[in-house]
Amino acid sequence: MKDPVAPVAHAVEIRDLHKRFGRLEVLRGIDFAVDPGQVVCVIGPSGSGKSTLLRCVNLLEQPTSGRVVLEGVELTDPDVDIDAARRRVGMVFQQFNLFPHMTALQNVMIAQRRVLRRRASEAERIAREHLAKVGVLEKASFYPAQLSGGQQQRVAIARALAMSPALMLFDEPTSALDPELVGDVLTVMRKLAEEGMTMLVVTHEMAFARDVADRVVFMDGGVIVEDGPPDQVIGSPRHERTRSFLRRVLDPTHTDV
Amino acid sequence: MADQSTTAEKPGPAGPRARRTRLSPRKRQRVSRALQYLLLVAVAVFLVLRIDWNSLAQNFAKPEVAAEAWPEVITVALKNTIIYSVGGFVFAFLFGLLLALMRMSSVPPYRWLAVAYIEIFRGLPALLIFLLILFLPQALPGFQVPGDTYGQGILGLTVVGSAYMAETLRAGLQAVPKGQAEAARSLGMSHSRAMISIVIPQAVRIVIPPTTNQFVSLLKDSSLVLFLGVTSEYVELTKFGNDLASTHANATPILVVGITYLLVTIPLGYLANRLERRQGRGRR
Ligand SMILES: Nc1ncnc2c1ncn2[C@@H]1O[C@H](COP(=O)(O)OP(=O)(O)OP(=O)(O)O)[C@@H](O)[C@H]1O
Ligand SMILES: [Mg+2]
Repeated sequence: MKDPVAPVAHAVEIRDLHKRFGRLEVLRGIDFAVDPGQVVCVIGPSGSGKSTLLRCVNLLEQPTSGRVVLEGVELTDPDVDIDAARRRVGMVFQQFNLFPHMTALQNVMIAQRRVLRRRASEAERIAREHLAKVGVLEKASFYPAQLSGGQQQRVAIARALAMSPALMLFDEPTSALDPELVGDVLTVMRKLAEEGMTMLVVTHEMAFARDVADRVVFMDGGVIVEDGPPDQVIGSPRHERTRSFLRRVLDPTHTDV
Repeated sequence: MADQSTTAEKPGPAGPRARRTRLSPRKRQRVSRALQYLLLVAVAVFLVLRIDWNSLAQNFAKPEVAAEAWPEVITVALKNTIIYSVGGFVFAFLFGLLLALMRMSSVPPYRWLAVAYIEIFRGLPALLIFLLILFLPQALPGFQVPGDTYGQGILGLTVVGSAYMAETLRAGLQAVPKGQAEAARSLGMSHSRAMISIVIPQAVRIVIPPTTNQFVSLLKDSSLVLFLGVTSEYVELTKFGNDLASTHANATPILVVGITYLLVTIPLGYLANRLERRQGRGRR
């Protein structure tokens, strides 16, 4: 299942990725790849570098060294058109980051119009399609402030999907949500996964990771400690660090380190 | 116990008793307030008795002179004041935005230029800038500010206003959460596209209350056009009032003009306040 030297085109391939902020080395040599249609969940303790990894994949952070290759195009190559490359990668943030001065529909249309230069009618049709898909079409004319967190996050997913990305990044998409709203967002993500979207998901939702992920990556201290099928990484982790992390996540009253 | 109380008598034998005779804090407050009212009444009585109300009215509120001001105070003077200040505001806003963007540029010389401009022109009295503009044609032979006195006045207010506007706009741009630009970039927008479509529109909303206040202050500074040597068609409120006051040797026109300013500035001040409060409530 894991074959880093296979010649097949990975959706995304990360090689020896390092990232430091000043003297703090947050990523210390990350290697892994996601194949087309795969769903990979990244788990790990706070501060282990999960967000930084995701942000390096679409170059919101400039990696210190190493390579990020998206569909055969090396994003870390200084000559690459990074705006064009980013169009192929959708990102969903923990805090949604919807544009507050635009309605849900406008949020989903703006990049289609300004970046892909789609005609207004076409952009609107596509926007409505995706809003319907994530179940918030009836909120199309609402502003973000008028929507619940779960609705906002689903609009944010629609906004990313409307760009027809080859890869979707999710950074703890349900962590800012009230517990009763988490399910709606996870349902949408599950549906996306079933449709064959390539997804890289940072999450603390172990049930989701277990059910939906093809692979689970456990990160700690800026390195990948364990990478394998969910049954193995979550079900019978090989490393003590993974075991102790899972004990803490699955039973928060457990307080060993 | 008894021992302690005897030793404690030394520093303050009158302690407990004195406290009893002294006023309670609430009583003291009442007395102090009464004294303040008394002072106010005394000053009022003094003024009423001392001031020659008749001559005051003759000088500051003479109906015949006030009538003279009508309708030019509105049709010419207020109109011109508004032309100067709106013109100055629009250009100060645009130029201030440019300066704010330069100030945040990743190219150091742009930052230095913006900082230098902002520091210099915030540090100079507005009047000085108007006086400099007066000498521009001499300093740059053949150069003329387009639009005559309007152009000069608007230029002066632009120079004064843009330095302040730049700082306000920079604060506004920085107040837009980072995640907004990141979301825009992650959708494939270029830096400038993200600025234009996402960051600047939100920043402008944030700075509406402070820029309203800046408009008020430009409106007041437009009185400095007085020093540009203005012909009657370009006259704004202050010069208008001043000229009329000299012809009649009477201060009434200045009072009229003052009231006209307040008719504009006070509502704008309230508006800015309301917008600010509404924004404060709207934020999460
Ligand atoms: N822009 C930055 N400048 C400096 N340090 C940073 C920056 N971004 C992240 N860090 C640091 O990098 C480390 C990893 O951060 P990161 O956000 O990637 O962790 P994470 O695994 O996503 O944690 P969490 O689960 O809390 O979101 C942290 O110690 C953080 O303080
Ligand atoms: Mg994180």
